[in-house]
Amino acid sequence: MNQHTICTLDDIIPDTGVCALVDGKQIAVFRTTQNDLFALDNYDPFSQANVLSRGLIGGTSIASDTGTTEDVLYVASPIYKQRFNLATGQCLDDANTKINSYRVGLDINNVIIFSE
Amino acid sequence: MNSTTASTAERGNLVVIGNGMVGHHFIERAIEQGLHQQFDIHVFAEEDRPAYDRVYLSSYFEHKDASKLNLVDLSAYELSKINLHLNQRIINIDAANQCITTESGEQIDYSELVLATGSYPFVPPIPGREHAHCHVYRTIADLDEILAIAELPAVKKGVVVGGGLLGLEAAKALVTLGLDTYVVEFAPQLMGVQLDAAGGDILKRKIEALGVTVLTGKNTKEIITNSSFDPNDTSTDAHCLTMQFTDDTILDTDMIVFSAGIRPQDSIIKNNPECGIEMGGRGGILIDGQCRTNANHVYAIGECAVWDNKVFGLVAPGYSMASICAAQIAGQEAQIFTGADMSTKLKLMGVDVGSIGDAHGKTDDSLSYLYQNPAEGIYKKLVTTADNKHLLGAVLVGDTEDYNNLLQLYLNDIDLPAHPESLILPNVEKPVMGIENLPDTATICSCYNVTKGTICSAVENGAYSIADVKAATSAGTGCGGCAPMVKDTVSYQLTALGFEVNNNLCEHFAYSRQDLYNLVRVHGIRTFDELLTSHGSGHGCETCKPTVASILASCWNDHILKSELTPLQDSNDYYLGNIQKDGTYSVVPRVPGGEITADKLIVLGQVAKEFNLYTKITGGQRVDLFGARMEQLPDIWSQLVEAGFETGHAYGKSLRTVKSCIGNNWCRYGVDDSIGLALRLEDRYKGVRSPHKIKMGVSGCMRECAEAQSKDFGMIATENGWNLFVCGNGGITPRHAELFATDLDTETMVKYIDRIIMFYIKTADKLQRTSKWRESLEGGLEYLQSVIIDDSLGIADELEAQMQLLIDNYVCEWAATISNTEKLKRFRHFVNSEKGDDNVVFVQEREQIRPATDAEKTTIKLVELA
Ligand code: SRM
Ligand SMILES: Cc1cc2nc3c(=O)[nH]c(=O)nc-3n(C[C@H](O)[C@H](O)[C@H](O)COP(=O)(O)OP(=O)(O)OC[C@H]3O[C@@H](n4cnc5c(N)ncnc54)[C@H](O)[C@@H]3O)c2cc1C
Ligand code: SF4
Ligand code: FES
Repeated sequence: MNQHTICTLDDIIPDTGVCALVDGKQIAVFRTTQNDLFALDNYDPFSQANVLSRGLIGGTSIASDTGTTEDVLYVASPIYKQRFNLATGQCLDDANTKINSYRVGLDINNVIIFSE
Repeated sequence: MNSTTASTAERGNLVVIGNGMVGHHFIERAIEQGLHQQFDIHVFAEEDRPAYDRVYLSSYFEHKDASKLNLVDLSAYELSKINLHLNQRIINIDAANQCITTESGEQIDYSELVLATGSYPFVPPIPGREHAHCHVYRTIADLDEILAIAELPAVKKGVVVGGGLLGLEAAKALVTLGLDTYVVEFAPQLMGVQLDAAGGDILKRKIEALGVTVLTGKNTKEIITNSSFDPNDTSTDAHCLTMQFTDDTILDTDMIVFSAGIRPQDSIIKNNPECGIEMGGRGGILIDGQCRTNANHVYAIGECAVWDNKVFGLVAPGYSMASICAAQIAGQEAQIFTGADMSTKLKLMGVDVGSIGDAHGKTDDSLSYLYQNPAEGIYKKLVTTADNKHLLGAVLVGDTEDYNNLLQLYLNDIDLPAHPESLILPNVEKPVMGIENLPDTATICSCYNVTKGTICSAVENGAYSIADVKAATSAGTGCGGCAPMVKDTVSYQLTALGFEVNNNLCEHFAYSRQDLYNLVRVHGIRTFDELLTSHGSGHGCETCKPTVASILASCWNDHILKSELTPLQDSNDYYLGNIQKDGTYSVVPRVPGGEITADKLIVLGQVAKEFNLYTKITGGQRVDLFGARMEQLPDIWSQLVEAGFETGHAYGKSLRTVKSCIGNNWCRYGVDDSIGLALRLEDRYKGVRSPHKIKMGVSGCMRECAEAQSKDFGMIATENGWNLFVCGNGGITPRHAELFATDLDTETMVKYIDRIIMFYIKTADKLQRTSKWRESLEGGLEYLQSVIIDDSLGIADELEAQMQLLIDNYVCEWAATISNTEKLKRFRHFVNSEKGDDNVVFVQEREQIRPATDAEKTTIKLVELA
């Protein structure tokens, strides 16, 4: 497991994302209003462009198979607006599409991405 | 992938017989499909000229210039290596050995063979019909012969046999040639195929008014030649021919044109039954839905083909066969020919006749509605189903204005209004169509070809939100242009299922946009979080965030990249440019009124060159620069701002352009200074955020070169001031702007526009253009006029003051951004590296860049590695 410090928390405006280059890979890192951090692939499989860090963050509640509802946060692609669960990378508009999610954390004020 | 240029030896021949309208259309589609790269294409034509427009054949008598009818660009044929063999009739097909024989005995092999031999005019077997003064009406050569006879000094009279669509056209032509013209029809009425008796009657009177004598119910027994007729002797009244009818009456004439119907041209096959190609019971070449005959690699298209027992004597069905056939040969089997609508309109000047569907009311239990106005020679008939709900057919004589509307109702099987007769009555406002009137088969999303029916059944199966419907059907997930229609369809279906459809913005706000606007104003709310905490729930989403951002801007006009506002913006507003498919952005500086100095043009050119941007003149009279990487935007805009440009808000829901004509400074017709007004308006309203974009146009006179009447606001100069048009739209659902007030002086007009825009901002739904907003206003245009002109709500002063606040707070967003290091921080692709996005790759096309396709990207990467 490798750790990569990519920026400070202040470099990310709350409720937006940035894109980081980690081992040659583009990773979108999001900061919510509650200062939670999430990291997903920056590559949007629908538009085939590296843009997800520039998407809008939203929230919705979705029904699970067991009948309970769950609140999820997502990012909507700026190109064709497909939504991806920030925590899991699952696309909310297409059950067959899931992008990679990454572990991301905070060390004092530094944003850190963990990669294999 | 390698391009398929096999050596000539391996290439087969694609042979087309016939270069008529459909044969030519096939060649065009074949080139589009790239078949000319796969085959050597040979076209054999019996006529001595390339394809021409037979539909407009009659116009030849007026201009006598065959080139005006020509359809073929020979250089395009040459470029695609199409071998056109004129004057070469094909007389045999050997389907077993895949070869054909020309009249001169030459044999040509084919890999694929397309028969497009059209049809020939039917001449009834009347004794005497071989006389040199008897003709048919099909080719330019026929018309030349008719012309030559008509010009003989003693030829004064002409008869057309056949009172159908083509016969009447021929009759009109004979009148043009100065002949005393008769139409002889076997049936008791004219155009019996398309019209009922009463319609035929009115038509007869119209035709007679053109100077044609119409004889119906006449069957010709024999044509007798008058051997003493001298075509050059004008001293006698002698005529060349005498027609004897079965009722023992006679008619003298100098020429006869037969127009008694067409028969498919199938002689190649009829004369060579051993070729084994199947024919229809009444002639013609049998084809299936893919235009294939029973012989391998042999197709037939156009009027020679018989599909489902039918021959189609119109050009449109032939064209669809041509496309289908080309796609078939290219190996794309998506489309299938499923028949064609035979509704028709006669195209004679001065005689309007239209016929749709079951004009005769032959369907069981059908109902007919009639409107007759004998004084003006108007006859209209509707045929509906027994329950009055659907249109089965229509006949229009003397007035065909309703033709297209009725045709839509018929083709889409749309529910008719409660009183169907209103559709043909004069001076009645014709009903307009909403979602409820569209048929289930109507396409809502053209990107994914999703119909109304598909969306409705998705809703029925539990997709109760737009997002669910998108996920279930893909509707709205392509270009997004259909989103409003998808939404309307979903609401329509939810209502139909008994749900109460609320006007809530989204799951986070149980308010409409209009309610939120009022809340923001009344409580002086300045941030999204304030509004969410006080009146919403949850986190917010891609619907409510930009909407609230727009409302906040419409109320306070703060810089949209203020950090609390930043997260709300759509990526376009977020980076002050329109995002493109590859993640780059476009740059559109404002060019007010389309007026630009040479120096500024040079700057645009220099910037485009320095940053290697694709350059295009937009439909809005300015220049768009594409392909800017996000990290380049600040540098590009620094140079532009330096040169005096401002942002053009191409990304914003706000004023786009004020399109202008040149006006009275230069134009000899200009009555006022359209450019001056355009500059003033563009300067006044730039940057004002609104529910959707606003476009304006100013024309210097009623010639309307600025297309002002298709804009949200259109101004047209008059001798006494300006006519103001409002709520027009191009785009997805075009709507003409309506005349709001006339002969206004500039100051009053600007006041009105201030008030209308502000009233629109206050009351419109999210992403609702002024056209849709105006349609949603109860009380319509008159209500709007009363609010704006008569100040019926007493809010005019307030509206003007609020507009003034927005105008006073204007700053160019780009000028403000480039001077602020905090704001500039976000314009880099990586937060932790100075590199750019290596997935943004361009290739050159027409001397400019464009995004590389996936295949190109792979090749480019391989080259770089090597
Ligand atoms: C560049 C331009 C095409 C061109 O090369 O000519 C263009 C390009 C775009 N148009 Fe347009 N439209 C352009 C003139 C038009 C016109 C013609 C006009 O304004 O005279 C129309 C029809 C007139 C009208 O709007 O009433 C037009 C109707 C649309 C629509 C449909 C709007 C509607 O109400 O139906 C959209 C979609 C939307 O806004 O939701 C659209 C959306 C777009 C977007 C913004 C799509 C997008 O979100 O990426 C395109 C990207 C622009 C960019 O990247 O800079 N564009 N678009 C034109 C820019 C004009 C300008 O200088 O600002
Ligand atoms: C006066 C007039 C008005 C019309 N008005 C309308 C109208 O308003 N709307 C409408 O939809 N349609 C109209 N039509 C019908 C329309 O012109 C035809 O539907 C259309 O031309 C059919 O195209 P095609 O290619 O199948 O046949 P054609 O255009 O007839 O072409 C067939 C070609 O094949 C050639 N050919 C035949 N046999 C051979 C052979 N053995 N070897 C080589 N070549 C051969 C023929 O010489 C001919 O040039 C009108 C027709 C006429 C004559
Ligand atoms: S420029 Fe306008 S019309 Fe052209 S593709 Fe884009 S949105 Fe469609
Ligand atoms: S038309 Fe529906 S997404 Fe394009």
